[in-house]
Amino acid sequence: MIDTQHAVETPEGVRLALRVAGPVARAIALSIDFSFRSIAYMAVLLGLITGFGPTFMTLMVFVFFLGEWLYPVFFEVLADGRTPGKRIVGIRVVNADGTRIRWPASLLRNLLLGADALPGTYLFGLASMLASSDFRRLGDHAAGTLVIYADSEPRALPGAKLPGASPMPPPFALTSEEGSAILAFGERAATLSPERRDELAGLAAPLISPGEAPAASLLRIAAFLRGGEPTA
Amino acid sequence: VKQAVFEQARAERWQHFEALLDQLDGGRAAPGFPREYRLLCQDLLLARDRRFGAALVDRLNALALRGHQHLYGAAAGRVGAADLFLRRFPRAVRREARLALWIAIVFIGPLLACFWLSLRDPDFVYSVLSPAQVATFEDMYDPSAEHFGAPRQATDGVLAFFFYVGNNVAVSFRTFAGGIFFGIGTLGILFSNAILAGVLAGHLTAMGRAVPFFSFVIGHGAFELTAIALAGVSGMRLGLALLSPGQRTRGAALREAARRVVPILYGSSAMLVIAAVLEGLWSASHAIPAPVKFAVGGMLWVLVGAWLALGGRGGEAA
Repeated sequence: MIDTQHAVETPEGVRLALRVAGPVARAIALSIDFSFRSIAYMAVLLGLITGFGPTFMTLMVFVFFLGEWLYPVFFEVLADGRTPGKRIVGIRVVNADGTRIRWPASLLRNLLLGADALPGTYLFGLASMLASSDFRRLGDHAAGTLVIYADSEPRALPGAKLPGASPMPPPFALTSEEGSAILAFGERAATLSPERRDELAGLAAPLISPGEAPAASLLRIAAFLRGGEPTA
Repeated sequence: VKQAVFEQARAERWQHFEALLDQLDGGRAAPGFPREYRLLCQDLLLARDRRFGAALVDRLNALALRGHQHLYGAAAGRVGAADLFLRRFPRAVRREARLALWIAIVFIGPLLACFWLSLRDPDFVYSVLSPAQVATFEDMYDPSAEHFGAPRQATDGVLAFFFYVGNNVAVSFRTFAGGIFFGIGTLGILFSNAILAGVLAGHLTAMGRAVPFFSFVIGHGAFELTAIALAGVSGMRLGLALLSPGQRTRGAALREAARRVVPILYGSSAMLVIAAVLEGLWSASHAIPAPVKFAVGGMLWVLVGAWLALGGRGGEAA
């Protein structure tokens, strides 16, 4: 399967799959963070001008420093790898071994964001992401971090998604790949239009019972593979 | 085992595991969690091996990942501030002693050259800075000025403190980050700062303002110049890791170098905060006579040297 997954081998001997986030999702998160910061700058600027008069610019230097350099570090460490922009997009930063990011790694990757941002349009960061197998910008390389999709809500059990169909054994023995493809079809069926369902199911022509709609037939096999007992 | 039977048999245990995770997320203890986690890992392996549906495998994967993060990510040791700044930071600096020597040469060499050039030729300053910038700096170090040693807007020591922290720490961060371009960015920033400092010192000395200028910079300079040089050291460590990774891949060498210099980044940032306090409240003060500033400034250099040379000695192996 072609997928942007990064595998982590845990001490328990199980391979955890991390779904790595690509440049587009991360650019959107970056833009959202940028607009949040801009709004904050405006508010602080107005406050400082009314509070301090002409000396406001010296304090703004400090505020910009906090916003540009430390904002992502604080959010990533204290809010579980997510700046507000990342939270909205549904991505988060983790160490490459899947553990939570801590101060040193977050500091490194965000100090190097300044280098990724060069020359002005995040070109180095983008080039680095496209050149690496799991979309790491320069800061991710140095800090050993990844940006992954956060599965925030536990998904419903697949059984709830499978349309009810009376189980039917396949007409001949299936390989495990074939079985898992049919199971996956069953899980996704609810998200497909009836025409597309039939079109996809039609590809498995030898499995389809004659005189039955392809999708209905394949869903019955999927129900059997999940563990349903065939009915007479 | 068919998927439906498997799901039915395990549903309760998975729900229990998820409840444990929620407890851990809320900062509460979750007795029996490691055992439940290992059982879940087995379930995930089984589900993958049997090629059960992707939705089930994804769900178990997500649960296992959350568990993994609680089991392995949470208990990283907390480092006390005193331990970090008084021991780990000086140790990290001493590990880079040779590189630090080179950085000092790279920094001081152009500085002295520019100092000498602008001392000899009063117009040399204009080949580096624009007349408007020169006027600003002359104005900054005008001993009669109220806003001595700071931009005109920063009339107040506390305001100046925030300005210096924001500006100088950002410069040190940039100096570090520039190292990722094979050290070129770091060297560029160090060079330009050295040239600026040398030209300025030479020009002001030629103008007869040596005493106000040097009495101003000597105190906080002990922390500020050292901190910028240390940021240069950390940046060059990245650059050198990429240039000569040794027996490792460039990526591995880069990661190792980055981890090595993190205490230096913390330490140099702290030094810049100290420098900003001194610069805003001590260096810029008119009430303190120049000889006192020189004496205290000299002691501060000795203090910084002792901090970096002696801090955390004897515990290197730990």
